Amino acid sequence: MAYVIAAPCVADYSCVEICPVNCISPGPDDGDFEAAEQMYIDPDTCIDCAACVQVCPVLAIYKAEHLPEQWQHYQQINREYFQQAAPVEVRR
Amino acid sequence: MIDGKTLRVAVIGAGPAGMYAVEHLLQEAEFRCEVDLYERLPTPYGLVRAGVAPDHPDKKRIGDRLFSYILESPRVRFIGNLEVGTHVRHAELADWYHAVIYSVGAGSDIRMGVPGEELSGCHAAREFVAWYNGHPDYSHLAFDLSCERAVVVGNGNVALDVARILTMPVAELEKTDIADYALQALRNSAIKEVVLLGRRGHFQGAFHNPELEELERLADVDIVIDSEDLPGENEVVLDDADWETRRKVKTLARLSRRPLTGAPRRIVLRFLTSPVELLGDQKVEQMLVVENHLERGDDGVLRARPTEKESLIDTGLVLRAIGYRGYPFPGLPFDDQRGVIDNRDGRVVEGDLPVPGVYVTGWIKRGPRGVIGSNKKCARDTVRCLLKDARDGHLSPAALNADQVLSELAGRNPALLGLEGWRNIDRGERLAGAHQGRPRIKYTDTETLLRSAAAPAG
Ligand SMILES: Cc1cc2nc3c(=O)[nH]c(=O)nc-3n(C[C@H](O)[C@H](O)[C@H](O)COP(=O)(O)OP(=O)(O)OC[C@H]3O[C@@H](n4cnc5c(N)ncnc54)[C@H](O)[C@@H]3O)c2cc1C
Ligand code: SF4
Ligand code: SF4
Repeated sequence: MAYVIAAPCVADYSCVEICPVNCISPGPDDGDFEAAEQMYIDPDTCIDCAACVQVCPVLAIYKAEHLPEQWQHYQQINREYFQQAAPVEVRR
Repeated sequence: MIDGKTLRVAVIGAGPAGMYAVEHLLQEAEFRCEVDLYERLPTPYGLVRAGVAPDHPDKKRIGDRLFSYILESPRVRFIGNLEVGTHVRHAELADWYHAVIYSVGAGSDIRMGVPGEELSGCHAAREFVAWYNGHPDYSHLAFDLSCERAVVVGNGNVALDVARILTMPVAELEKTDIADYALQALRNSAIKEVVLLGRRGHFQGAFHNPELEELERLADVDIVIDSEDLPGENEVVLDDADWETRRKVKTLARLSRRPLTGAPRRIVLRFLTSPVELLGDQKVEQMLVVENHLERGDDGVLRARPTEKESLIDTGLVLRAIGYRGYPFPGLPFDDQRGVIDNRDGRVVEGDLPVPGVYVTGWIKRGPRGVIGSNKKCARDTVRCLLKDARDGHLSPAALNADQVLSELAGRNPALLGLEGWRNIDRGERLAGAHQGRPRIKYTDTETLLRSAAAPAG
């Protein structure tokens, strides 16, 4: 089901440093780190090990099915971060 | 160096940047770093305590879950209630330690530069934030909340924080660590509407998604958005805007379609609008504003340019939230344009030459940008420079040992306090809060802070 980073994230990349499969982005040396609002977990790579949960200093990481009501949409948002490069519709 | 492998480092300012600098110094394996962490307040954590909004308790967990452990290290001394520049000069610290890292944050802010700005009733959002968070330098301030409309100039997270605090039900704030006097003032507030002015358009709002989305969940507050340029319900807006911006514009569109409920309070988001002048007899009574349009410069950046369309807004409280700014530190070079201590990658520079052994991190290095975690990378990079300089033999020896430093400081300021003092304050505030179901009740004046630092709560 994957883990999900929700709104409290303060982008301190502790989770990035501990994730054994490297599925959290951006890292501190990625180009979009400086402007990033938060970090995101790639649900297709996450192996549900929960290592990131405890190191998070603000407890921003939840198992998808345990996301609090107001942050349900973060499951989709974490996934979307990794799909950004995909072609987008333009209709205005 | 004392034994070639020990580095004595002073870190000035115990905000996030200072805390992360200490953390990185402690992680260093090649040198044994001993750190004195100086803080002008009796309390550590900088803007995590005095900036982050009281209704964001989850973010403040970083104090207990991370910073607190860093302070606990036997190689760290917290030296609170001691202001560098007042009690001790930079030149002295440079002499006493192998290296000094300044992480003093941005103690000032940008002014609007419009006539009438000096009228009473016009303040920096920075001061209002420090006031509601119980910062002892600001707790004596008074904000007149007897008018019906406040105007917040600015379009970032600070502007949204301020708008939320001014409109959210006081019952919600009663569960937080907001300063008691602020709670009382907000109970008596007559403010019904907060207007946020954004210089540029919907696509250029500087706020982040989580802060914007909070508006959708704000109880008993209507949100009003001028929606002319916003996409309609089934329109997909993608343009050349990045993913995070598109998410914000979708939220704005969703908010603008919500029916108004006649709630007792409202937040109005006005875009493409700038203040021109504040009008009033001694006190702010009105703000003259102008509509802007956007022009793309040769550099590709969209800039707001005023049109001829001006209008008046009645208001008795104006808060400018257009940016924090660092101010010059005595004895160190300052980059006036950027409002930071002049530096290259964290090494303080005078002209083109590095000042040996002196470094910066956090907002005083990069300017007031980024979230709490941005300061971690920032501090990491600064500490890397410091350690490289140590390896290359560019640091001069520390003239005093740890005991000598402390007795020198105690002679100058007998009221300085250490970790135990902060722990006593922390315990006292939490105990007081526990009785009322609040995370803590902050001590908000220096006298009370120092008294509780000296006497463990029991
Ligand atoms: C209103 C507001 C709300 C925010 N909310 C959030 C949020 O929700 N989430 C988030 O991730 N980020 C938030 N931020 C951003 C975050 O607070 C900053 O990125 C961070 O605090 C900057 O760290 P700093 O250490 O450079 O400065 P500061 O936090 O300002 O720390 C500087 C410290 O230095 C001390 N100091 C200053 N001068 C001296 C001196 N001469 N001697 C000794 N000590 C001195 C100060 O007292 C202070 O403790 C917010 C910022 C503001 C202004
Ligand atoms: S649960 Fe494990 S694999 Fe998934 S993001 Fe966290 S650390 Fe990485
Ligand atoms: S550890 Fe927590 S706060 Fe830090 S980047 Fe990861 S989710 Fe965000």
